Amino acid sequence: MLSVLAASTPLLLAATGELVTERAGVLNLGVEGMMIVGAACGFGGAWLSGSIIIGALCGIVAGILMSLIFALMTLGLAVNQVATGLALTILGIGLSGLIGARFVGEKITPAPHLHIPGLSDIPLVGRILFGEDGFVYLSLALIVAVWYVLYRTRPGLILRACGDNHVSAHALGYPVLRIRMYAVMFGGACAGLAGAYLPLAYTPFFIPGMTAGRGWIALALVVFASWRPGRLVAGAYLFGAVTILQLHAQGAGLGVPSQLMSALPYLATVIVLVLISRARSGGSTAPAALGTVFVPDR
Amino acid sequence: MSDLSPAALNPGAVPLLRTVGLTKRYGSFLANDKVDIDIWPQQIHALLGENGAGKSTLVKTIYGLIQPSEGKMHWQGQPMVLSGPSEARAHGIGMVFQHFSLFDNLTVAENVALGLDGAESFKDVSARLEQVSRTYGLPLDPKREVWQLSVGERQRIEIVRALMQDPKFLILDEPTAVLTPQEADQLFIVLERLKEEGRAILYISHKLEEVKRLCDTATILRGGKKVATCNPKAETAASLARMMVGGEIKKVKAAASRQIGVPRLVVNDLSLLPDDPHGVRLEHISFELRGGEILGIAGVAGNGQDELFAALSGERLSKDPLTVVIDGQSAGHLSITQRRKLGAAFVPEERLGHGTAPRMRLSENALLTGHAASNMVQHGFVNTAATLKTVDRATETFDVRKAKRDPEAASLSGGNLQKFIVGREILRQPGVLVVNQPTWGVDAGAAAVIRQALLDLAARGAAVLVTSQDLDELAEITDRIAVMFHGHLSVPLPTAEASREKLGLLMGGSSIEPTTEAPHAARA
Amino acid sequence: MQLVLEKRAERSTGIALVSPLIAIALTLVTMSILFAILGKNPIAALGVYFIDPLTDSYSLQEIAVKATPLVMIAIGLSLCYLANAWNIGAEGQFLMGAVAGSWLAVKTQGTDAGHWVLPAMLLLGAIAGALYALIPALCKVRFGASEILTSLMLVYVADLLLDYLVRGPWRDPKGFNFPTTAEFDPVATVPVLIEGGRLHFGSIIALAVVAAGAVLLGRTIKGFEIRVVGAAPRAARFGGFNANQLVLVTFAISGALAGLAGIIEVAGPIGHLQPGISPGYGFTAIIVAFLGRLNPVGILIAGLFLALTFIGGEQAQIAMKIPLDVTKVFQGILLFYVLACDSLILYRFRFISASPKVQSGAH
Repeated sequence: MLSVLAASTPLLLAATGELVTERAGVLNLGVEGMMIVGAACGFGGAWLSGSIIIGALCGIVAGILMSLIFALMTLGLAVNQVATGLALTILGIGLSGLIGARFVGEKITPAPHLHIPGLSDIPLVGRILFGEDGFVYLSLALIVAVWYVLYRTRPGLILRACGDNHVSAHALGYPVLRIRMYAVMFGGACAGLAGAYLPLAYTPFFIPGMTAGRGWIALALVVFASWRPGRLVAGAYLFGAVTILQLHAQGAGLGVPSQLMSALPYLATVIVLVLISRARSGGSTAPAALGTVFVPDR
Repeated sequence: MSDLSPAALNPGAVPLLRTVGLTKRYGSFLANDKVDIDIWPQQIHALLGENGAGKSTLVKTIYGLIQPSEGKMHWQGQPMVLSGPSEARAHGIGMVFQHFSLFDNLTVAENVALGLDGAESFKDVSARLEQVSRTYGLPLDPKREVWQLSVGERQRIEIVRALMQDPKFLILDEPTAVLTPQEADQLFIVLERLKEEGRAILYISHKLEEVKRLCDTATILRGGKKVATCNPKAETAASLARMMVGGEIKKVKAAASRQIGVPRLVVNDLSLLPDDPHGVRLEHISFELRGGEILGIAGVAGNGQDELFAALSGERLSKDPLTVVIDGQSAGHLSITQRRKLGAAFVPEERLGHGTAPRMRLSENALLTGHAASNMVQHGFVNTAATLKTVDRATETFDVRKAKRDPEAASLSGGNLQKFIVGREILRQPGVLVVNQPTWGVDAGAAAVIRQALLDLAARGAAVLVTSQDLDELAEITDRIAVMFHGHLSVPLPTAEASREKLGLLMGGSSIEPTTEAPHAARA
Repeated sequence: MQLVLEKRAERSTGIALVSPLIAIALTLVTMSILFAILGKNPIAALGVYFIDPLTDSYSLQEIAVKATPLVMIAIGLSLCYLANAWNIGAEGQFLMGAVAGSWLAVKTQGTDAGHWVLPAMLLLGAIAGALYALIPALCKVRFGASEILTSLMLVYVADLLLDYLVRGPWRDPKGFNFPTTAEFDPVATVPVLIEGGRLHFGSIIALAVVAAGAVLLGRTIKGFEIRVVGAAPRAARFGGFNANQLVLVTFAISGALAGLAGIIEVAGPIGHLQPGISPGYGFTAIIVAFLGRLNPVGILIAGLFLALTFIGGEQAQIAMKIPLDVTKVFQGILLFYVLACDSLILYRFRFISASPKVQSGAH
């Protein structure tokens, strides 16, 4: 049985990366593209090496490489971030098909679920809290770490400053573009890992287009979370629950068209975006410099 | 000019900072051309020049933000090469920026911490912040976010942040442009004290009386070159101005007698919530402006001037039509296009991005406001010839200098673009003109042309409302002056009776009679 | 060495014209490398991709057929993007147009309905596309929800709706359980232009859309409004233009054009409704819009060029066993180069040494 936690993990990972990217003032809409390439490379790496860890690392590296294309375009050449993000997704879908073609139909042993004797055997709670695969716990540790770095350390303060006002950050001597590049790369690593999680742990095989819009949902989650790590966890688990709920509903055969159930996560995203934007009407909590081009004068 | 510099008085001494042949080139444009300047400890050194003379480029170079194309800097006699501002700070150079380098959504303490390079803990920074701000009488609340603070408080953050590095040399870029006269006086006390402590100060300003009063030395830049170094106390404001401009400045002439006519712009009890949560709320604003009259609105930036402009122009609508009356027509509910059709015209403060679309041609920018009431649009189609004609007429009438007939707005210099914008509106022969900061960031020649145009327009019977932070400008062209503070507008005073002191008190939020100091904060 | 951007005083018109050509040239070089990596002869592969389809009448017609939806959608998208409204859900609007128009075709099937059916279908398609596009537009204007995300989410929903209809209520009873409607009646079919050929009347409509787009953007105050709202929103507001209203207008137009393209595709080359009626036209049209510099005539040329890559990709798969995904990679890379070259219009690229250069000044 697929659990809510497992369904939520790719969303949480990808959204964590995007949150850091956006906090630095960069809007990377190419999450879906980075994820799908991460999925293809992650599966390929694991299938060729027989190691889930190496697969995950391949996914991360692929995500970083994709994000570097984005960084070169938007930070190096000052290209519009929205258009570049779309281009990254289009490229990623093509690339993943090309890379993944030879792996379609292959199977691997998925990432093992942890089993802690005693704790995992507690009825109901035990299985959920202590019986998941390692990535689930990694994703939670990651978001805690991101919270700590953003709000409790100097590098985090500098990153937030770049997202608030790049002109001021530059005037004080911070290398805005380099800091943003690191943030974009972190976003790419997270998206690559999130993509790799799908064939490595969620379903043990690769199919083209298997991210199925999760990258876009992750982007919506960052908005939903008002760019705050704590709410991101809540949002990711809410969406994971919707995904699992619709799968169960389809299995139960409620007489509702399966397509309607499949559409639920997407409809939920639209509704959540509307509700959250409406609740905030007036003041936005988005980083003030989000999505704007910065070209330093020298 | 007598040379009273410490070098002359004290041969063999080494200046704190010496620049030799400092040059900055952007393509073929020379922003700084072989500038030599000596900075001595315990001196306040003025840097004077018109907009575009190269003052900002020079101080950004000294602060390590810009790499010079040529030339050298010596710090206490040793060669100094800066790769960035943190190196400048490490040498003991501090800077207070004209457009503050602050982060609106971070707290005061976080803003200060970002300007320090040390490994000081956040707690220590907060403690030291309170101590420094107490020592110099610059009170600040470390926990507040910057967007909640007034302009004066924001400047205090910048100054305290610079002082916390214990700088040997502090650069201030137009610090009094955003202050009331009384706030400026308080700043001068702080600066005098810093000088007594042995620090050197480089003070950029174009308020010449202020420079004469405060500074020991002045360096004057024109067209990127240093044209003189002198003792400002030995000069007159007029002689300093001549050096800056490189000639006589044309005086504007008011028409001998202006007919004051019927009310053309009337504002009745206008109250409006801002659409931006960081904005200012307008509170019960009322005034009456007659044909042939120029009314000035003074005030520190951020006290509701932009909101008032938006409410008058119709960029913001008010529910009650009677709040704004243009030539007898209720217009509070009318759009900006409909107000233009009633004969009103508007010139906003921001030239690029508000008054014009920067990357569009002048003809398209003529269409931007001209489509409302002109022959530029017929049956939904644009008459390109008519838009070009407006460009040509504005060019001719207001001496707009540009490289070709119809360039992009962004390629014009500030002064020429402002002349185009003002010209574009005045050519429509408006009955009411509302203009915000007409000569901000404009060279003296263009400023004179624009002020003259406003006077001439009023002489032809139009009602002109001028919002400005430049009290000298208001004194020169207005008939009456009112002051904006916290979204309130004072009762207008006849310009002849509006002394700097009176206006300053109103700008600080006091009424004229009592002389008690009011809080500076401009909170929405 | 470090790359530095210098802002140009004015946008460079010369570079604006050649930048798409530079982008295509760079893409071809990159593709040659990719073909070499895949173990194919780059010259031969490029020949199959870009030359062979131009040599026979069937392929030429097929290019026009593929370009028709691309151009129609891209014209609509260019209006949105110029106005800084990011409709990326054209694929969904295309599908909804196809679904709405097909409804009439299915309902009138086998009746003696006259020639009004096809025009009514096209109208329904356009209306449905417009209404579907207005959902994200309204969410944006009323609530401030990101139109990028909502319009994209609705693509998945439209896809699932179409899937449901052709597997459920609209399935052809004589269709051996394939998920498809019955073939449309002749009165519900877009006529071909050449007897026995593929070229159909929809291409004429696409050309009319290009002409209308060119007039709208180049000559009318509405076109100026679209451009100024996107280029300088605050100045546009000062000019008296309402950005929110324009979001609704541009989304409605682009949705209508995408919906129209959708029903033309279904009632024309395909002839019935089925899943997979679009090989990603709605997304490829984004590339077409940018490659065409958001200019109607440019979009026409760009649409034909990208249609060529679809045909060339199919032929390359048959002739050289080059995977179809190469076409998507090609399109993605092309968009990157187009965007990068566009940067040259506003900026000058300069390489400088990384360390600050300080020379001795003249004494």
